[in-house]
Amino acid sequence: MGKPASGLARQASALMTWVDKRLPVTEFWNAHLAKYYAPKNFNFWYYMGSLALLVLVIQIATGIFLTMHYKPSANEAFASVEYIMRDVEWGWLIRYMHSSGASFFFIVVYLHMFRALLYGSHRKPRELLWVFGMFIYLVLMAEAFLGYVLPWGQMSYWGAQVIINLFGAIPTIGEPLTEWIRGDYFISDATLNRFFALHVIAVPLALLGLVALHLTSLHEVGSNNPDGVEIKEHKDEDGIPVDGIPFHPYYTVKDIFGAAMFLIIFAFVIFFWPEAGGLFLEHDNFIPADPLVTPEHIKPVWYFTPFYAILKAVPDKLMGVLLMGMSVMVLFFVPWLDRSPAKSIRYKGAWYRILLFTFAIAFIRLGMLGMAEGTPAQTWEMRLWTFVYFAFFILLFFFSKGGKTKPVPDRVKH
Amino acid sequence: MNTINPLKSLLLATVLLSSPMAQAAGDAAELEPAGINITDLGALQRGAKLFVNYCFGCHSADYMRYNRLSEDLALTEDMVIENLVFSDAKIGETMSIAMDPDQGEAWFGKAPPDLSLVGRSRGADWLYGYMRSFYQDDSGAWNNTVLANASMPHVWWQLQGIQKAIFKDDGHGNQVFDQFELVSPGSLSPQEYDNTVRDLVTFLDYMGEPAKLKRKSIGIWVILFLSVFAFLAYLLKAEYWRDVH
Amino acid sequence: MSSDGVNKDRRRFLIATTSVVGGVGAGLATVPFIKSFQPSAKAQAVGAPVEVNIGKLEQGQLLKVQWRGQTIGILRRSPETLENLDSVTAELRDPDSDESDQPEYTSNTYRALEPEFLVVNMHCTHLGCVPQMIPQVGPQPFDENWKGGFYCPCHKSKFDSAGRVYKAVPAPTNLKIPPYSFLDDRTLIIGVNPEGAA
Repeated sequence: MGKPASGLARQASALMTWVDKRLPVTEFWNAHLAKYYAPKNFNFWYYMGSLALLVLVIQIATGIFLTMHYKPSANEAFASVEYIMRDVEWGWLIRYMHSSGASFFFIVVYLHMFRALLYGSHRKPRELLWVFGMFIYLVLMAEAFLGYVLPWGQMSYWGAQVIINLFGAIPTIGEPLTEWIRGDYFISDATLNRFFALHVIAVPLALLGLVALHLTSLHEVGSNNPDGVEIKEHKDEDGIPVDGIPFHPYYTVKDIFGAAMFLIIFAFVIFFWPEAGGLFLEHDNFIPADPLVTPEHIKPVWYFTPFYAILKAVPDKLMGVLLMGMSVMVLFFVPWLDRSPAKSIRYKGAWYRILLFTFAIAFIRLGMLGMAEGTPAQTWEMRLWTFVYFAFFILLFFFSKGGKTKPVPDRVKH
Repeated sequence: MNTINPLKSLLLATVLLSSPMAQAAGDAAELEPAGINITDLGALQRGAKLFVNYCFGCHSADYMRYNRLSEDLALTEDMVIENLVFSDAKIGETMSIAMDPDQGEAWFGKAPPDLSLVGRSRGADWLYGYMRSFYQDDSGAWNNTVLANASMPHVWWQLQGIQKAIFKDDGHGNQVFDQFELVSPGSLSPQEYDNTVRDLVTFLDYMGEPAKLKRKSIGIWVILFLSVFAFLAYLLKAEYWRDVH
Repeated sequence: MSSDGVNKDRRRFLIATTSVVGGVGAGLATVPFIKSFQPSAKAQAVGAPVEVNIGKLEQGQLLKVQWRGQTIGILRRSPETLENLDSVTAELRDPDSDESDQPEYTSNTYRALEPEFLVVNMHCTHLGCVPQMIPQVGPQPFDENWKGGFYCPCHKSKFDSAGRVYKAVPAPTNLKIPPYSFLDDRTLIIGVNPEGAA
């Protein structure tokens, strides 16, 4: 038993040495997994990063297979999606994985971003990490929007109509710009065809590049943790952070468990609730696009609705678009708006808890109102929450400087 | 402990906020639940028969193939050809009709829409309500309380009979629908008629997504398998994490 | 952080079981993706059996039809043609069709249900060109002793009037015979086996 096995092991290690001289596989493995030290006190929120990567892989794999059957033409697109749903073997499963995957991408990314706000993961020295993350978020929104147009249902069509016309609000160049985006005087075959190209190849390439930058930057500075203290400041005699543990095997096994739990929820939606009551797949999108009939109630998919509500809250086209744009852009600057000596919510004092909690409610509530029909009362409520949304950033800037903090411990606690 | 668990507070916020959500999305709340069960093969078979007999003259189902019916409704291909195919269509073809959309527009004011996906775009409850809410107005024309001024006439008036709609004042001077009054009974009792509509809606719901029957039965096994994997992954994680203090 | 008292067996066992279950899961997950490559319901409907009226087909006449994108030839053979089949046996690579692709019910000298009618997939088994039928018996540029049959212009493969391949040509096996059956005397259906035949 012992001898042949060790012979095999020797051969494997010889092969590895051969490869390592030509491609730094072992070096990469050690630098990013086996000898990459992560704080030992990650909690629930820290599953989201690896889950986002998992969803990205699912979206790419299912997307490739969908392109094999989908037809990016105004005459055939809607029918080709139904062809996938009915005639292609297992096409329905691949399509539901992709359509639900889009929503899960945003769920995971929103929780991932909220985690950063909770524990100050965007603060020095991780500002660039956050900025890359924000770019990923922006590109992801573009990707999701482009993808939503492809089934060429009523919501695809009229959603695209509204979003493209947002650019029309820009003075002078607005109108020609929308025409340039559409490639026609209305949303047509030309628009669909270019959106397909962008969705399938251009934007995913950008996304992958940004993810690589995000991860490189993360592994340069090292992970933050719920206590918001730097584990690199306390190293043992071998230069290993005392509160760090190797990512592999500890966080690989933990993330595998997280992935399994995620997949259970994901499978539940795919197999039992793929429309999610009209949130993930909207009812009106099962009607083919018709440029002559506007659906009674146009709303974007749920992950855009907080910003859509801000747009709707403003009774002026240009101002609405500007404010909506600002509501996303302002997030880029959070690392510099938060000036508190403590990073984590654990040591920041009640002021931050109240601010962040109110902000979260404003975001969720705006999301709901963005989906609603829009009664006058709801419009006023949208204005209130829009105000709260922006107030968060201003108050953060002022409170964080002088706001009370608890003593931040030297080392991670729990 | 005076620290608030952020996860718990987020959950709390969601719960607190979820009731106004239902309110915002609930404008179709007056619709009665259709109470369909798409695993009921009998209802599906009866519904398919009703569909080809009553709807299929004007409405196509361009994405539905006849042989899919034999696959999903436990019918042989010969039974499908005999009972459900009235044209010279082959078993693998889609349920398309010869009526020209322009002609349909001339006859009804609006081309009768394809019904392949109506179960998904309108939903079962809406369809159930729609088929039960035709009434004759004072001029003798057909109307519908679920879809006002619908272009479709009441195809099933001989089954349901003729009903009139009673409107009442809502207190703000608006006339709102109150209830129906059956002025001339049809060949079916109201109970029988509701069941007939339910069979048709069951079929339309199935036709909107034929994979629905399969996906739920597969889903159970997928989730069971993933649960076993998650359990093992948990044990593995717990085993390694005993190192970490 | 300490590795004292680690139960290595338990660890190894859990790694093995998790990997096996995870591997099986990953394997199963690929099934829908692989199967999505199969001909769809639409392709199957388009590739449905084809009915051919052979009532007006004369002796020596070849009728070509399309089935699943393949050219299917239906040749009504004269008694002389059928007799000639035996005279070339020695020159054929697979005279008894042992190595070739045809339904069980056509595994005979005539390679047909009814000797009179040859139903054959016209695509050459070499690289898929469609051979020409050259029914004349007599010397041809490509064969001094031609007894009638099919000749492929692409790479000079020769087949007899039952689609059997000659020796010393590039085509490896006889022309394929598709599944077919007779609905009645005048009608043939391509793509459906005779009742009772697999």
